[in-house]
This record gives sequence, structure tokens and C-alpha cells, in this order.
Amino acid sequence: MPRNNDIKNVLVIGSGPIVIGQAAEFDYAGVQACRALKEEGVRVVLVNSNPATIMTDENIADKVYIEPLTVEAFEYIIKKERPDGMIASLGGQTGLNLAMQLHEKGILNKYNVKLLGTKIDAINNAEDRELFKALMLKIGEPVPESTTVSSLEEAKKFAEKIGFPLIIRPAFTLGGSGGGIASNQQEFEEIVHSGLLRSPISQVLVEKSIAGYKEIEYEVMRDANDTCIAICNMENIDPIGIHTGDSFVVAPSQTLTNKEYQMLRTSALKIIKALKIEGGCNVQYALDTKSEQYYVIEVNPRVSRSSALASKATGYPIAKVTTKIAMGYYLHELPNAITHKTVAAFEPALDYVVTKIPKWPFDKFAQGDRLLGTKMKATGEIMAIGRTFESSFKKAVTSMEDKNTGLVRRKYMQLSDDELKALLHVQDDRRIFRVAEALTRRISVDEINQITKIDKWFIYKIKSLVDFEQRLKGEILTPELYLEAKEKGFLDTEIAVFAKKRLADVKKLREEAGINASFKIVDTCAAEFEAQTPYYYSTYNEFDENKVNKEEKSILILGSGPIRIGQGIEFDYCSVHAAWSVRDNGYKSLIVNSNPETLSTDFDVADKLYFEPMNIENIMNIIKSENPAGVMVQFGGQTAINLAGKLHEQGVNIIGTSIESINIAEDRKLFEKLLRDLNIPQPQGRAVRKVEEAIKAYEELGFPLLVRPSYVIGGRGMQVVYNKDELLTYFNSALKFSDEHPVLIDQYIEGQEVELDAISDGDNILIPGITEHIERAGIHSGDSMAIYPTQNVSESIKSRLVDYCEKIARALKVKGLMNIQFVIKDDIAYVIEVNPRASRTVPIMSKVTGIPMVEIGINACLGLSIPEQGYKTGLAQETSLVCVKVPVFSFQKLNRIDPALAPEMKSTGEVLGIDTNFDNALLKGFLAAGYTFPERRGDVMLSLNDNTKPDGVEIARSLADLGYRIVATTGTHNFLKQYGINSREIQHFDIEKMQEHMKKGQLCFIINTPTTNANSARVGSQNRGFLIRTISEMYSTPCFTSTDTANAYLRALKYFVSRPELTYDSIDVYRKKKTLAEV
Amino acid sequence: MAKLLLQNGMIFEGASIGAEGTAYGEICFNTSMAGYQEILTDPSYAEQVIVMTYPEIGNYGINPDDFECSRVNARGFIIKNYCEHESHYKSSMSLSDYLKKSCIVGISGIDTRYLTTVIRESGAMNCVVTTGEITDEIRENLKNYRMSKDVALNVSRKRTDYFKNKGGVRLAVIDVGIKKSIIDNLSALGCDLTVFPGDVSAKEILNGKFDAVFISNGPGDPQDAEKTINTVKNLVGKIPMFGICLGYQILCIVLGAKTYKLKYGHRGANHPVINLENNKVLITSQNHGYATLPETLPANVIPTYKNLNDQTLEGFKCPEYKIEAVQFHPEAAPGPADANMILKSWVEGLKNEKTHKKENIFKKIFALKK
Repeated sequence: MPRNNDIKNVLVIGSGPIVIGQAAEFDYAGVQACRALKEEGVRVVLVNSNPATIMTDENIADKVYIEPLTVEAFEYIIKKERPDGMIASLGGQTGLNLAMQLHEKGILNKYNVKLLGTKIDAINNAEDRELFKALMLKIGEPVPESTTVSSLEEAKKFAEKIGFPLIIRPAFTLGGSGGGIASNQQEFEEIVHSGLLRSPISQVLVEKSIAGYKEIEYEVMRDANDTCIAICNMENIDPIGIHTGDSFVVAPSQTLTNKEYQMLRTSALKIIKALKIEGGCNVQYALDTKSEQYYVIEVNPRVSRSSALASKATGYPIAKVTTKIAMGYYLHELPNAITHKTVAAFEPALDYVVTKIPKWPFDKFAQGDRLLGTKMKATGEIMAIGRTFESSFKKAVTSMEDKNTGLVRRKYMQLSDDELKALLHVQDDRRIFRVAEALTRRISVDEINQITKIDKWFIYKIKSLVDFEQRLKGEILTPELYLEAKEKGFLDTEIAVFAKKRLADVKKLREEAGINASFKIVDTCAAEFEAQTPYYYSTYNEFDENKVNKEEKSILILGSGPIRIGQGIEFDYCSVHAAWSVRDNGYKSLIVNSNPETLSTDFDVADKLYFEPMNIENIMNIIKSENPAGVMVQFGGQTAINLAGKLHEQGVNIIGTSIESINIAEDRKLFEKLLRDLNIPQPQGRAVRKVEEAIKAYEELGFPLLVRPSYVIGGRGMQVVYNKDELLTYFNSALKFSDEHPVLIDQYIEGQEVELDAISDGDNILIPGITEHIERAGIHSGDSMAIYPTQNVSESIKSRLVDYCEKIARALKVKGLMNIQFVIKDDIAYVIEVNPRASRTVPIMSKVTGIPMVEIGINACLGLSIPEQGYKTGLAQETSLVCVKVPVFSFQKLNRIDPALAPEMKSTGEVLGIDTNFDNALLKGFLAAGYTFPERRGDVMLSLNDNTKPDGVEIARSLADLGYRIVATTGTHNFLKQYGINSREIQHFDIEKMQEHMKKGQLCFIINTPTTNANSARVGSQNRGFLIRTISEMYSTPCFTSTDTANAYLRALKYFVSRPELTYDSIDVYRKKKTLAEV
Repeated sequence: MAKLLLQNGMIFEGASIGAEGTAYGEICFNTSMAGYQEILTDPSYAEQVIVMTYPEIGNYGINPDDFECSRVNARGFIIKNYCEHESHYKSSMSLSDYLKKSCIVGISGIDTRYLTTVIRESGAMNCVVTTGEITDEIRENLKNYRMSKDVALNVSRKRTDYFKNKGGVRLAVIDVGIKKSIIDNLSALGCDLTVFPGDVSAKEILNGKFDAVFISNGPGDPQDAEKTINTVKNLVGKIPMFGICLGYQILCIVLGAKTYKLKYGHRGANHPVINLENNKVLITSQNHGYATLPETLPANVIPTYKNLNDQTLEGFKCPEYKIEAVQFHPEAAPGPADANMILKSWVEGLKNEKTHKKENIFKKIFALKK
């Protein structure tokens, strides 16, 4: 059927902020959708609260609303934009839930908005556990014995009947939040309770546990003509029991016979036919390892993380085709985007193996609970492509960007066999490495299989890699052995270590033997048809399919690897824009990245995509093959910057800011000297490597001090210390994770934090804007709420900031983007950090100022001065739109993490509230971030540390004015009493009572400032504040850990109570309002 | 060590995973990601050397349930990465042991993707696989090698077999290289099967008073299957017929259409075909090196299926003679079972006709009695 011509104006829902379980994959999906719609000549209206996305760029949709994803906002926008259609299946669970609400509230009907693609009934049938179960029974597809309950009592009854272990899954939550496996009554009650709380419809599914079964997924698609295809199947290396988002996954399945493969495929197609899905869909299975018994675990009636992975794994653009199906097309009417000769109605044939490994935040949250279960904990993921499982798996491990790329890890070597075996039972992120260690000993594959339930196929494969390490250790490194190692995916650095050779010698051997990586194409058809896809991966000892036109100049852009805390989607935004701008400058754009969720790894973005680990060797392979004019390192976050030095050493041309300047900005000593020479104030600091030096430093600088390791991502390991004990403890533990770089100790200036983003061509500097943080310095900028334009910074300070920025940019000859962070205290602006690269705020600043930062930066790098590009220099005219960035956290997914804001970054995403005045923008920011404003004036608990007790007085008064009752812990209670403020005392140690309070939903919110560095494990477990904060997360009670955030919230609350009429406009309109204001 | 020499002179070297020896055949590639056991034993691969494009092979070993025939029919087996340690609860043997036992040369460690592009670009050609050296004699032999004209009869059974299903539709099955799955499928649909060798005579079939004839898949150039073509010619119009793959091609020839050799054939589990009557798409399992020229179809033949990749004809029906046939494999094995319903609806049709006939007879008897 040709496209539905009635549809001319379509609303696309984004997925909101990045949280665990919902990351960049929906930006990728959303952008593909918008482009597919535009191809059809459809007007696209896009709404997303996440400003770091590419989809919220104005060239992606016709109208871009960066507004809260709420029913109110959508009704307003629908009323205004009058879309004929809406697509719900591309915005993750958030988009789906929102679409359901809009339908239920009758808004879609009222405004005649047609839900395109998968329909409401289909969504309901797939999402509602009971309806789904009934449908499966009807069509004869097996589901595990289960029941849907709305109360603990019902759940208990079922548990009595079935027995443990049981799996609990709350309905309608992302990434299985609030679910888990219970093996006893206590665990069961806890999980059911929290699941009922988390589920927006207070419903959980309790089901028989089939832990240990193989976990297999199918990405399938259906069109309205009932054509169904299976795009890809995937096998989890980790069996059922670990959330698929937290599992090591391979595509296609490796251990299934054709019969099993087809049995599940047939089932999946039967299910989507019964559900009448129109578009992409994901079906998850549990398959017995000893029979053909299988169970349908779950169906996601939408584009998902798995479909992004499947798209990258096969080259089949699932989101794009889903959109075309939503527009009425049939699969056989759509061309295959890769071959152009065949149609989209086919099933990709892979001739390589894909491995996915999740990226967990445990390197940042050392004290976090690393156990994996049904609740997803990973923030992102990496994917690797290899011609064999071995090379794919090795590449995947390399892509994790750990310091250690090997499978056998030193930390497990000291364990006794018994200890090791005991630890093999532990399902956490590092189990695969313990499996590797076990394989080096006389622990049999069978035994490992019995303990871990990982299929022997995978264990044997890992064993072959571990055994090969032994060969490298024992045998003479001949060219043949070397080549075999390369085929298996070993890095030169690893080979050097195993063979006890210098890296240079290994490289020499490689050169003499003439061994080079070759590149193969991902073409969806296993070479059956000719394809020109610019999508490559490396291999060894095989024919090179890479066609490089030596006449054309190219530039390689380094991507940012997996989404992690501190390095998120914003760098994908930058990488994608960089690719586009490089092309606009007449170069071929090449991108290398390892993250399957992103748009940068869509083969449609750059002229050529290399799906490879972000490792120096892999990148040098590309450079050797392509011989690009240069490499762009400033858009891929710290991952790319960390590679700059190594690339430079190999003689690679780094385009933009020089490596020397990057070093000056990153090296404390050089940086201090630079600021001193430029006469720019800075907190006094020392770089120390020994305890004695640390002691000397504090004697000279005094407390409080900010301590951190050098070369960091997102302030990892950063802390404020107030006394000698804390300093020494930090210092002793910090050295463990950074022995090659010193620890940095700086004076901690508790002032107002301000940051600016700038573009420089070396001489001319353009500053799109300055942002002001709501929280005082000491809280990581990524976790701070931020306002643009500044509301409380004087003109004189601003001109000083601009002056400092210009001085620094010129001194460092910055070419491209830079970001500077300041702290202002007593009218002195101290520079605390200079990042000579794209920063987290680039997407926001580009959007709110209308200044395309990446584009100007690239042009500047490639020789076009800023004035030549038609831009003025200096600080750009401030707009009269006001925006507030609000960070979003994923603590609910992570156990034992202190939610208190600290110098170390903890947020996973952000939203932006935009309006014409601060109050509206602030309120929108909070709403978009998911905060609610309780209608009922209940209790608010205050528990403040000594530093912030004075702030508490004002807060308490405001609360009382608003009609809230204050509950305070003893110290705070007594302090407030002195100021004549009444509060109900709650014993500080009476955690149970507080919990009871939260359980009953009596606490509206909590303000709890941490006493000391509660984010360190040492004090964390005993610290009561820590307990209060984590319990509040458990019960979804908002907890503010900075009085600044609390004040902002109170301001928004007061404003909310006044019932303001919020209006919603597209970003271009807000900017036009600015011009009107100017006129 | 084992080597592959292509007719165009290219040599590929890898490790031997099968038997010692030398074998000649036509090289072809299959893009299925699973199902190597079914592929190896499919009689349609007789006198062919198979290249698997999926690189990890041998993963689940060989099991007693997935044979398409009691022996390996391919001449050689070429893969990228052989799995030394298979893992599956059903596995009774490793792939390597099976190849050795079956005296089939197997080579691993080949850049199968490159080899596939060579086949794709140069077209189907003969080749030799050997665990020895490539001697002048071998080169000479390769030059002179031709696939035997009787390849289909060679893999056909020599004696008639019966798969009883009392009261079911009675089918005469002509085996020109039949896969076990077809027999299983038809049996499961309740058919009573008499499976004849490929050189069965029309007379024998007509004497058997069958409800219909089924012509199987099989290897080789359809035009070489002269004996079977003759038999089928004498059945046209006398009994309903259904053909799969080679059976389809034979029916095409019998009805007057022309077949031709495809450049490199269709072999895989992902081929989309469209039903020209209802516009529905099926993903099918395919394995054929020849196709039918649609423009040579006589007027009484209606095309029913078309391949969406290269637009080649994939099925037809001839209502006048009650003949239907498809180029692809509704029995799958390996591959998707989307097209299963084609066999089912054909058998249902026969069943209905049978009941109808019976009813008519009863009616007649009833009328006579009256």
C-alpha cells in the first residue's frame, strides 16, 4: 500500500532525559524517524525535554519543542500544532506511556490525532500483563506460570502456591525498575512492595523463575499487510536471571540449531501477528538447555535498546522502516537501504559475529552494589563486530575502555580455587573475568557451566582465548603466531605483555611481516548482493574491502564510546555535527565509535563509519588504511581526548587545538603556570604523588580542599575534604586507581559557580553564552542545575570572565571549542577548569542561543576565522529566553549509591526548561525532570548538617508559610527552635520510623544535607543520612541534598501553587521572542 | 592443510576439518546462519561444494534429528571458523567427525566472505577441494570436470518406499533427491505416501490410483532429468500435481517453459517472495541454481510467486491441469516455515476434493437407490 496521503503533519515523542534503561538509542530512533517522515514530505513536530539530543536540532524536525513530556504540555502543543498523526513507538517506554495517557484522557480523539504504526489495542495487549497472558494462552504460546497482583496479599498467596524463586516485574516501568528475583519470603515482600510503588498502575507480575534458561531475543517487524520478518536474533551469554540490558549478548544466536532458531522465530511472528504490531517489536524468550521447552518472557511493542543494537548489528534501519510502516507503506514497497537493489522485506544474513557488553557505572560508584538481576544497572553499552566470535569478543572487551584489555585479570589471581568457585556464583559485572581466571586453572568447563549456567559453547570459546594467552607466553613469537593472535583479536599491547617483548618490537615484527588489518563491510546480505554501505569493521588475514580514494581528503572524527556518567549523549551530538560540518567543508567525514545506541554509528551520518573499539591500535589501523588529513579529538569527550597524545606520538595530525595546549590544560603544573602568567586568579593547588606531599599541601593551603585524580571523566574520584583524616583516607584509596597520574589538591572555594562555552579560531573568540549554576561550587557541574542567561552575575564579572576566556584561548591557541568553569567569591572570579574540547553544554548552548557551535568550531579548525564565518566575537548578545537545565539521576536502579550531590558526577541525563522568564523555566525544568508538586500539604523532613543549618531557617519558614509541617532530626529541630520555628522532632537514629513515614506516603519530600563525605564507602554504610537518602530513593520520595536545590524547588513550588498558566512554544519561537524584545 | 582450487585458477588454503581426499564439484554459497546439518545432507547439494557465509560453524554438532538424508550429499564443505567444542544437548557427534565419517573434504579458515564475492562476481563454477597438493593432474581433471547428467537419479532412492497414513490423501511422490523434511511434512499433514524412484514410469503411478503426484526437490540441471520429465509429461492432465524446486522446474519444462542457469543461484534462509495473488510476502528457504523464464510460460499457466530480490519466478499454477509448484522450499529445513501453509493448503484442497468426490458418489448411490 502506498503511503497514507492523509497524513501531512506528524507529532514525534522523544524519550526525555537519559536514565538507566533509556539512553541514546531513542535519539537515534527519533532522528531516523524524523528523517524518514521528512523524506515523505511530512511536517514533523518533535517534543523532547532532553536538550542534549540530536533530534531536538532544528534541522531534524520542522518544529522542535524542548518542553516537559507531560500530558498538559502535549495537549497544549497538539491544540496548537494540530498534527494528523502521532508516532508512539519510537520514544521508548516514556513515549509509549505518554501516548497511552493522551489516548486515555481522550486528547488524541478530541484533536483527531491518529496514532500511526502500532495501535493502542496492540500496545495494551503487549504491555498489560494480564491481557498479554490471555492472548498468549489463546494463541498457544507458553508463558511462565504467573499472576498479576495489585497487593502484597495477593502476591503472597501466589508465592505459597508456586514456591520460590519467583520473579517480580512491575508493570509499565523502564528497564525493569523495581523488579527482581526473590528466593525467600523477606526478599519477596520487599521487592513486591517496591514494585507496587514503582508501577504507575500499582501492578506487578509475579512469575515462576526460569533462571538458568537460555535468554534469546528476536527483533521482528510487521506491516499492515501482515508481512512479518525477523531482523535479527540475539543470544544472551548470561542466562535468564540477568536483565538483557545488563547481559553480554551476541548476534546472531550461536548455540541454537536451525530447528530451535526457527521455532522461536515462528513463535515471534505468530505473536506480532496476533498483536497486530505495525513496526518494530522485540520478543524475549527463555529456552531450556535440555529440551525444546520455551517461554515467552516479554514483548516490547516498540523500538527499543535491543532494536538499536539489532540495527547496528545487521545494518537494517529498524526505526526508519518502522516509521515508513507507520506512514502506511508495506515492507516489500520499501527499498533495502544498503543494497538499493533489494527490498526491506527480507531478513538480514550476517557473516560476522556481534558482541555487546554493557557499560556499568561501578567504576564511578565503587561502593555500589554490583550484583546484576532483573533490574538494569548499565548506563550504556558497546558493540563489537568480528569475523569470529573470538575476535568479536576480544574487541568488545577492548571497547569497554578499561585500563586492562585482557580477559585474565590480576585481581582474581590470588584467589584460591574454592574462593574463585564461590565467586563464580556471584552474578555481577565482572563474572566473565572470573570465568576466564577459572579457565586458567584446573576448573573444568563443565563445572563452570554448572555454576554459572553459561552455555559451554561460550565457555569453550573463552577458554580458547585464555589458552592462546598461554601459547603467547610459552612459544616464540613468530609471524605466524602473531597473525593467529591478531585473527583472534589480541592487541599488540597484549601480545607484547604475554610474549614479554617491548611494544616496539611487536610492532616491528608486524611491520616486517607486512601484517595489516583489513576491513569488511556490513551489508545485511552476507555478500550475496553488491552493496556500497560505508559501514566497516576490521579483521585480519582477510581480503580488504575498504575502498579508499586517495584523491579525496578525509578527516577522522573520534566518537565518545559508551554512554556513561560524565560522558553522555551530548558528545554524540557533537560527533554527529562534526561529521556533517567536516563534509560541508569538502572533506570526506569518517567516524569511529563503539557505541551501538548512538546516531554517530548510523551508517547514514558520516561518509564512512568504522565500528571499532576506541583504542589506539584500532584507530591507527583506520588511519593507516585511510590516511586522513587529520583527526578530530575534541568532540568525543574524554575518551577521544585521552587518545590525542598517543595519536600525536604516532605522527598523526590532530586538527584543532594542539596537543601541547591540551596538555597544558590537563597538566596541573603547566596550567597553574599559564594562569599565573596571564594573571588570572585560581584556587591554589598542588599535584602530589606521595602522602608526605599531601600533608605539606594541606599545611600550606588549609581546609576545605578539593581532591581528585588527574585525567578524569566526570569528576571521578573527586571529593571535598574538611580535615586531615579525610584527606589521608582519600589519598590512600585514590592512588589505587591512578598510579600514573598524580592526585590534585586544590583549595575549595565555596562560591557561585559559572561556566562558559567558547569557540576560538586561535585569535578570535566567540562566547555564545555564560551559564550560572544554582548550586554552589563543590557540586559537579554536570549535577548542578544551571541557568542561561545568568540571573545573578554582575556585568563587571561577566566582562572579566570574557577577558579571562579570551586570554586563555589565545594563550593556548585554541582552535575549536572550549569550556571554562569559574567560581566567584567576594567579587573574585577564579578559574577552576579549562576544557579545550567540546563540553557537556554544547548542545544546550547551541540550541538556546541559535549559534551552531560545532559547525563554527569545525570551520575554525579548518581555517575559516570566526569573522569570516559572519559571526561577531566576544560575548554574544544574551537572549531574553530563560532556560534552566535540571540534572536527572538513576539512583533507583543502583543500590547502595549515595544520592547526595558531590564533586563527583552522578546524574545520567538532563532536561531543559525554557520560557520567557525564570520562574516558568524553573518550573518547567522541575516538571520535565519528573518532580511533582504535592497538592496536599503534608510533612517535609529536614535533616541538615552544621554548614547548612543556617540556610534551613529560611527554608523552614517558607515551608511553614506554604502550610507544610516540618519534621526534623534532633540537631536540626533544636537549631530551628532557636529561631522560633516549630518542628516535630524525629530521632536521628529512628530510620525505621522514617521509613514507615515514607512508606505511608506521608513525607512530601526531604531536605537532607550530607554531614561528611558520605559518598565514600567507609562512612556510607553507617551514615544515617546515607540511609535516609537511599530509603527516600526506594520510596520515590524526593530528597534534596543541597539547600540551593531545595530553595530552587521551593521557589518553583510557590510558583506552582499560584497556578501559573504555562504556555509551550517551539525553540525557534522562544528565540524570535528575543528579537521582538530587542525591537 | 586443505585447499580449494576454483575453475578460474584462484586457490584458497585452510585447515582440513573433514576427510582426507580430493573432490570435484560446483561451488556455491549458502547464507543461512544456522542449519549446516540440514544443508550438508540435503540431496539437492549433490556434486556441489558448499561455502557457508556464516563464519561460526559446527557450534551445536550433529544430532540424530536433523538429517535431511542418511548421508552427506555435498562434495565438500568450506567455512571460516570451525567450532572445536560443540555444545548442544542433542549433539551426538562433532561436525568434523561427521565429515570424516562421511568421507567429505572440509576446509576451515577460509575468507568465506571474499570467496562469496568471487562466486557472486564470476558466477557459478566448478572447483576442487583437496587435502593433498594441487597437482597438474588435478588441474586437468578440474578442467574436464562436468556434473553428471544423472545427478538427480543418483541421489534418488532405488526402491519404492511407503509412508502409510490410512485414509489420508494418497500421494505418489517422485523422488529426484527428496529431503526428509518434505516426507515428514506431508506425513504430518495426514498424507499416505508412496515414494517412487525418480525413474518411475507414468503408468506405474497411474495404476496406483493416487489422489495426486508430488515431485520433489533435487540437484542438477532440470533439463538433464529427462526420464522424470518424460514420466511427468505423461501425467499432465490426468492427475493433480505439485512440485518443489527441481520438481517445479520439471513441471515448467513439461508445460513448455524454458529454464536457465542463474549466475550464482539462491541458497539461503532469507529469500522474500511475494504471492502475486494476494500480495502477501513470505520469507522462504531456497536452494536452486536454475530458474524459469516467465515469458516462456504458456497461456494456461499463471505465475503465483515472485522473488522480491531479483524478480525471478518462484511459483505457478495451472488450473487446467491441476498443477501447482513453487521454486522455494515450503518444508524449510533449514530456514523459516512461513511457506508451510502452501503444502498444507494444497493437501487440504486434495482432501476436500476427496470428500467431495465421496459425497458425490454417495449422492449418486443414494440417487440410484431412490
